[in-house]
Amino acid sequence: MNGSLTAAERVAIARHPQRPNISDYISALFTDFFEQRGDRLSGEDASVLGGAALYHGRPVTVIGTRKGKDLEENLLCRFGMPNPEGYRKALRLMRQAEKFRRPVITFIDTGGAYPGLEAEERGQGEAIARNLLEMSRLTVPVIAVITGEGNSGGALALGVANRVLMLENAVYAILSPEGFATILWKDAKRHEEASELMKLTAADLMELGVIDEIILEPGGGAHLARAITFRQVDEALSRHLSQLSREKNLAAARYQKFRRMGAAVPQKENP
Amino acid sequence: MSGIFAKRRARLLAMKALRERYVPPENAVACPRCGQDSSHQAVSRNLYLCPRCGHHFPVGAYYRLGITLDHGSFRELYPKIAAQDPLSFPGYREKLAEARQKTGLSEAAVSAVGTIDGRRCVVGVLDSQFLLGSMSAAVGEKLTLTIEYAEKNRLPLILFSASGGARMQEGILSLMQMAKTSAALGRFDKRGLLYISVLTDPTTGGVTASFASLGDVILAEPGALIGFAGPRVIQQTIGETLPEGFQRAEFQMEHGFVDAVVPRPRMRETLSQLLRLHEKGGA
Repeated sequence: MNGSLTAAERVAIARHPQRPNISDYISALFTDFFEQRGDRLSGEDASVLGGAALYHGRPVTVIGTRKGKDLEENLLCRFGMPNPEGYRKALRLMRQAEKFRRPVITFIDTGGAYPGLEAEERGQGEAIARNLLEMSRLTVPVIAVITGEGNSGGALALGVANRVLMLENAVYAILSPEGFATILWKDAKRHEEASELMKLTAADLMELGVIDEIILEPGGGAHLARAITFRQVDEALSRHLSQLSREKNLAAARYQKFRRMGAAVPQKENP
Repeated sequence: MSGIFAKRRARLLAMKALRERYVPPENAVACPRCGQDSSHQAVSRNLYLCPRCGHHFPVGAYYRLGITLDHGSFRELYPKIAAQDPLSFPGYREKLAEARQKTGLSEAAVSAVGTIDGRRCVVGVLDSQFLLGSMSAAVGEKLTLTIEYAEKNRLPLILFSASGGARMQEGILSLMQMAKTSAALGRFDKRGLLYISVLTDPTTGGVTASFASLGDVILAEPGALIGFAGPRVIQQTIGETLPEGFQRAEFQMEHGFVDAVVPRPRMRETLSQLLRLHEKGGA
């Protein structure tokens, strides 16, 4: 329980190098994970990890962003910032999940889509847009867990889910507080001030209706008592998955969920 | 040696500063591409293209509707939808009031139903003069209602993008509009209806990473900046200067993300052709 932390303190915890990552969650919560690589179009992007696995004995597709655990891996994964191939691989795996009727579980921890020259040449914008569209019409259950940072369209590209769960100290925002401060005030040093204004904490997002549940963390952050963190995530995941497995029309429900966001403007206008 | 370069650099910088401070004479506009002055009248008579080099100046949403749809054919949709201040962001209300006064618009998007050469269609336009055409919750809502209107009435949809991306002051709710508009287009797509996306200068950020990239046909105006990350951010990331023409409409066409670069004077006839090609009665 971390009730009294400031938003900026949570940003620091969300980025803690020892914070459990996608590989940790996969080995703690899943069995028989088979990693699948490549987008079948042009390449493989290590910053997105995905494949088939068993979750409590049930086949699922698990996909998430990967920051890497040492410098070599960090560089290979561009610190968890995917290229278009990463998003296109994710889409390929989601389509496969649809074909084999497997639920999709995503883990999000990314500074955003990679802002590189080659990423632009290969259609970063198109890759994200396509994922948003296709994810919205999957007919299998989709659950997203924001475990660390969820920044920008690069996070949302794995986040169009029936349930969006968020760890207590994770953050989810339109971009990093540093980027936000740069755009708005041309001063990246004002990132702490930005963090407070951005409404990026789990509690803020719960209130705004952007997420569905906050997963509590051990005092001081998820990295200080990993076993407890895994148990908490597992409990929430399995509960939501069994709820969703009993529901019909999951695509329509997902559509309505996102359709309502930011619809607090006068809607009853008859054209 | 280095002295020569330093001098040259200083001279270039001084010239750049001079250019930036340059104010064209009254009743004239300076073209940012060729640097030449033209009279307001000459530019406005030329569909806001530079009469000397063909540079496309940005145009407002109503002007765009005016040159796209048949004269007198259009009816505006959802005119009353306007931004709120969902995060109570400091200074945002004042910014909105200022933008409204400057542009006469209630939001950065205007939608209408009308005809092009007699064929009915729904057109949505982003206006870059209203807070850089950024996507607020209201813009997302208006575009989604517009997509749903076209779907319900089984009409082709044309969206003109011009946007710096997300509306920072609406934070995460702005981000969610990417999912909302893309999902609405997913439904529209399933009904077998035509969506033409027209990219104009600039189309970047969350707009590029959602509805703007999802057209059955994607057109772009010449020279338009089109991309996800802004050139400055990319330059900082890679630490190199970007190649000439990077992220311009022609570059996007070469890389497979745009069907055709269409100059403004030919846009209406191109849209008309596409509507004709997609009329029912085929297979």
